[in-house]
Amino acid sequence: MLVVEGLTKRFAGLLAVNNASLSVAEGSITGLIGPNGAGKTTLFAMASGFLAPSAGRVLFTGEDITTEAPHRRARRGIARTFQIVKPFAGLSVRENIAVGAYLRHPQRAETLASATLIGERLGLGPQLDKPAASLTVAGRKRLEVARALATEPKLLLLDEVLAGLNPAEIRDILPLIRAIRDEGVTIFLIEHIMQAVMTLCETVHVLARGEIIAVGPPDMVCADPKVIEAYLGPGAAARLNAAEAPRA
Amino acid sequence: MTLRDVLPHLGFLFALAVVPYLGVSGPTLNFLIAVLIVALAAQGWNVLGGFGGQYSFGHAAFFGSGAYATAILQVQLGWGAWVGLGASLVVGAIVGLAIGFLSFRAGLRGSYFALVTLAFAEVLRIVANAAGFTGGAAGLLIRLQPGFENLQFADRRHFYLLVLGFVGVALILSRWLERSRFGAHLVAVRENEEAAKALGVDTLRVKLGAIALSAAITACSGCLYAQYYLYIDANVAYGTWISVEALLAPIVGGIGTAFGPLVGALALHGVGEATKLLAGGRPGLDLVVFGGCLILAIAFAPRGIAGLAARVLQSRSAAREGR
Ligand SMILES: Nc1ncnc2c1ncn2[C@@H]1O[C@H](COP(=O)(O)OP(=O)(O)O)[C@@H](O)[C@H]1O
Ligand SMILES: [Mg+2]
Repeated sequence: MLVVEGLTKRFAGLLAVNNASLSVAEGSITGLIGPNGAGKTTLFAMASGFLAPSAGRVLFTGEDITTEAPHRRARRGIARTFQIVKPFAGLSVRENIAVGAYLRHPQRAETLASATLIGERLGLGPQLDKPAASLTVAGRKRLEVARALATEPKLLLLDEVLAGLNPAEIRDILPLIRAIRDEGVTIFLIEHIMQAVMTLCETVHVLARGEIIAVGPPDMVCADPKVIEAYLGPGAAARLNAAEAPRA
Repeated sequence: MTLRDVLPHLGFLFALAVVPYLGVSGPTLNFLIAVLIVALAAQGWNVLGGFGGQYSFGHAAFFGSGAYATAILQVQLGWGAWVGLGASLVVGAIVGLAIGFLSFRAGLRGSYFALVTLAFAEVLRIVANAAGFTGGAAGLLIRLQPGFENLQFADRRHFYLLVLGFVGVALILSRWLERSRFGAHLVAVRENEEAAKALGVDTLRVKLGAIALSAAITACSGCLYAQYYLYIDANVAYGTWISVEALLAPIVGGIGTAFGPLVGALALHGVGEATKLLAGGRPGLDLVVFGGCLILAIAFAPRGIAGLAARVLQSRSAAREGR
């Protein structure tokens, strides 16, 4: 569904993403993990058209969309959420979601009906007529997902939508993400909470200092010494193994 | 948009339409026409500034272009006033698109956009003051020829109704912005451009559409101004006064609402006129009153008179439900 080839982004001397290649299979829930500052959000920004890559290509359903504007990609069916949430603060929650829904429904009545349905599904029902500015952190994260979902995407890019949520809220939202996938939406998500990645994702890509260092099912990737070192520092894998050896 | 969506608006317009037939005096009618012309300019500003969040400080560029378009066509080329009116709208939209294209494509926002629009209006004022076909500093005088075909009326009430007709069209258009996809996109651009893009909004196109519509409405106001006073010069047509009036009325009346600019213009000038009557004709007094109203609005009613009214209606209906 989404293919990224040799994607590179250079910010004034800093190589944020370095020759990254990966693919997201249609109908999958695929994860992108990596330490802070690894370049995950930057990679999403290039996939969704908000940043132009310094090199490399982005393909969506086989077509090269590397230079396409964000709104065109949204029309193709790529929706994204923002790690730093961007609500339309002066509008009600329903109106926020409606902006997304207008993408596929030009008529106001249909749009509002769709926005209401999606809002309720994301647990925002009681807040629909309240200003978006009045939402809690968890509410704003849900609103990000609701708005993206309202565009009826084929591919949903979720950037740390679980961050800042408490365990109960995470427990509520995990089945929802799976249900969205079961309806045919491919999901590509950046997540720090490993438990969520383990339960949700079929495949995980690991990004460290801008480079893809591992790919595979989550349990395999987590056992990969390269990944452990990326998170915990050089030599960490060996130390962990040594510590575990006597017990084994 | 259904008839029910615009019922209050049609009611308000109807009420305004009967006013001249309630035996108001000549000067009062004069005053009302001037206020409606300003209200129309403000309605134009509100499309771009209120709904779109792109604060222009140079709507005089559009007002003046509309005024000059019709005056030049009539005076220099001998064309009819109705053609002049149509040309005003087109010229206004083109000037709007040109300014919008140059500034929005360069990514100008906020105070940068405001300053650039101000600069464009000033450049146009200076050019109009110097050029020959604009009549230079002497201005342009449209020949007095009352008659429907000349958009001049022996009976002032008819001119009042003509202006009100355009104010009505702008009011319904604004209402449409509150109810349509284009309007939702425009408001989304105002609230957060990046988020709007992510939801499939072509933000540049939306902004260009808004500035073209906004400019055409304000240009129409300029055309009606020229048509009513039958004289313009650069300092009137491209003067800062109209840029200020066009943004003051929506801010006082309710920025980004359909009623805002109209209510704001009526309130501002109503209060201004009342103080003049009470305090005698000291020059500049109305400006002091405008400033005072602006400070009051920003301090106590950030969403203007319309916002205040909505809040009162809401709390009243809430109280009724509580009973
Ligand atoms: N617009 C930008 N300009 C300069 N540096 C940036 C910009 N965006 C991100 N970076 C840098 O690029 C690196 C990767 O950032 P990011 O993609 O946000 O990482 P992650 O999402 O994995 O935490 C960081 O070092 C960050 O400081
Ligand atoms: Mg990030």
